Amino acid sequence: MAEFFIETCGFPGWLGYLVTGIIQCVILIHVPLVGAMFFVWVERKVSARIQDRLGPTRCGGKFGWLQLLADGVKLLNKEDLMPADADKMLFRLAPYVSFCASFAAMIALPFSDGWVVQRMDAGVFFILAVLGLEVFGVILAGYASASKWSLFGAMREAAQVVSYEVPMGMCVVVPVVIAGSMDLVTIANKQAGLFTNWYLFHDPFTFIIFWVYFTCGTASVNRAPFDLAEAESELVAGFHTEYSGFRWLIFYMAEYGSMFIVAGLASILFFGGWNGPIPIADWLGLSYAPGATDWQWQGFLGNLLGCLNFVFKAIVGVTVMIWVRWTLPRLRIDQVMTTCLKYCTPLAAICFLLATLWTLSGVPFINDIAPRGVETATAEPEEPPAPPAVAALDTPSEER
Amino acid sequence: MEPINWHSFFFLLFGALTAVFAVAVVVTSNVVRMAFYLILSLGATAGLFFLAGADFVGAMQLMIYVGGTLVLLIFGVMLTAQGPFISMKTGGGEWVLATIIGGALLGLLVKTAFSVEDWQGPAAVAHVEGEEEHAAALPAQSPTSAPIGLGLLGVRTDKLDPAKAELAPGMAGYLLPFEIVSVHLLVVLVGAAYLARTKKRREA
Repeated sequence: MAEFFIETCGFPGWLGYLVTGIIQCVILIHVPLVGAMFFVWVERKVSARIQDRLGPTRCGGKFGWLQLLADGVKLLNKEDLMPADADKMLFRLAPYVSFCASFAAMIALPFSDGWVVQRMDAGVFFILAVLGLEVFGVILAGYASASKWSLFGAMREAAQVVSYEVPMGMCVVVPVVIAGSMDLVTIANKQAGLFTNWYLFHDPFTFIIFWVYFTCGTASVNRAPFDLAEAESELVAGFHTEYSGFRWLIFYMAEYGSMFIVAGLASILFFGGWNGPIPIADWLGLSYAPGATDWQWQGFLGNLLGCLNFVFKAIVGVTVMIWVRWTLPRLRIDQVMTTCLKYCTPLAAICFLLATLWTLSGVPFINDIAPRGVETATAEPEEPPAPPAVAALDTPSEER
Repeated sequence: MEPINWHSFFFLLFGALTAVFAVAVVVTSNVVRMAFYLILSLGATAGLFFLAGADFVGAMQLMIYVGGTLVLLIFGVMLTAQGPFISMKTGGGEWVLATIIGGALLGLLVKTAFSVEDWQGPAAVAHVEGEEEHAAALPAQSPTSAPIGLGLLGVRTDKLDPAKAELAPGMAGYLLPFEIVSVHLLVVLVGAAYLARTKKRREA
């Protein structure tokens, strides 16, 4: 994209890169912002339906579409409170630390074939590493609030995140081993074709390990039934007890952004990312010709469909997290630790070993017996050609 | 106007961030703020790695060092939080001692850095027509960490040269010591966990 501005529009080099960076940031920041709005609305509606209520109905038409806009205006108008004993600097900084970690992880998250801000060789690892930094914001918030409830919440969160990173890392390694790459674009492209090519159906152990991953992902983004850090029945509101208004909102945006990333990572690692259950786009010829380096509308349209596909999968993942939250009761802190250390970690370790052995010995499973997709039959060893320079990120479809 | 070398600019920016926050760690008296500055300093170091195109090392830096600071932070809060915001005072003697040691190390590092004969700024290596250089324009034969990694796996690239056939017995590389160290660490961890756990009472 930077090359497009520099070569086609004749911008000087630094301006081209600057404009590119701004455009990518602006597009990307819609994911946590608009995503948070959309997901909060979904959460309210889904939770209401689960509890046999209606949820928001008045604001903005039949389904309460504009409820979140009203909420946002309300939050912006709230008084910005800070405890007198608080560590002022850390108290102010903590929400931004959380948000930056959640936002920075999206740099490496591809939305479609090549639609990624910075394609990295170690993309999976980068996302895990950066997403793990989100907990710093929570701990700083808990400490700086000078409140016992906040500190308790932060300590719980720290213990939980440190524990759950272990099984989560092991789960993520399995698709990496199968694909032989840590590049998220490559991993997703290897699952192209019919849904039987998804790593979820690669062998029985990847199927198990996906559920372990999802459990650990839910725990690592601090959602119920693992939301001990903000257990309102015991800790008032946990780490954000003392926060109000916009600062509180930033924590929520970070949380929903992380949920989207975890669900998106699951969709890439186990559900083929932008490669749908049925490769319709390929049958219609909506893909880049092999070896093509110039911009083609078929390829662009195919990528756009792929992006919608990816975002849809990620939204389904987030909706499942919401569903789980409003269905299961909160665990106690010792039960959270037991789940991680006694069940998730051994299960992940065993499945990791067996899935690796399965891959190594090349035992066929349904993905080898079922008919292959169109373009996997031509088994390209190399990854598909990189899309041309104009391929930038696209906004997810939740923008209305 | 002379074109700005953006690679150098960002290198200096991240380097300055690292140094400034490292100094902030030293001069702050609050444990948690110290840990926070340490996070920023280590994060800026990770930025330097990303700038150099070493994505994996950068992510590793974030996960191990910055993530490790998390545990430091927790212990800092847990072990020192008798009062709300405890501050640590450093005595004059400690300042003197720390200044001498730190200054000696700094002098050593500066001397080593400037004693490199073929020292070249990034501008001299890859300066493309006044444009800022791309990552691809970095020299392909630049020394990487690959020999170290291969050495850990048992392949000593420096000994693959047939002229050094007499060094062949050393071909095993560092795999064995590496494994011994890691198993040793594991044993230490298990032992620490055993010693630290609550003893069960026989009579109850």
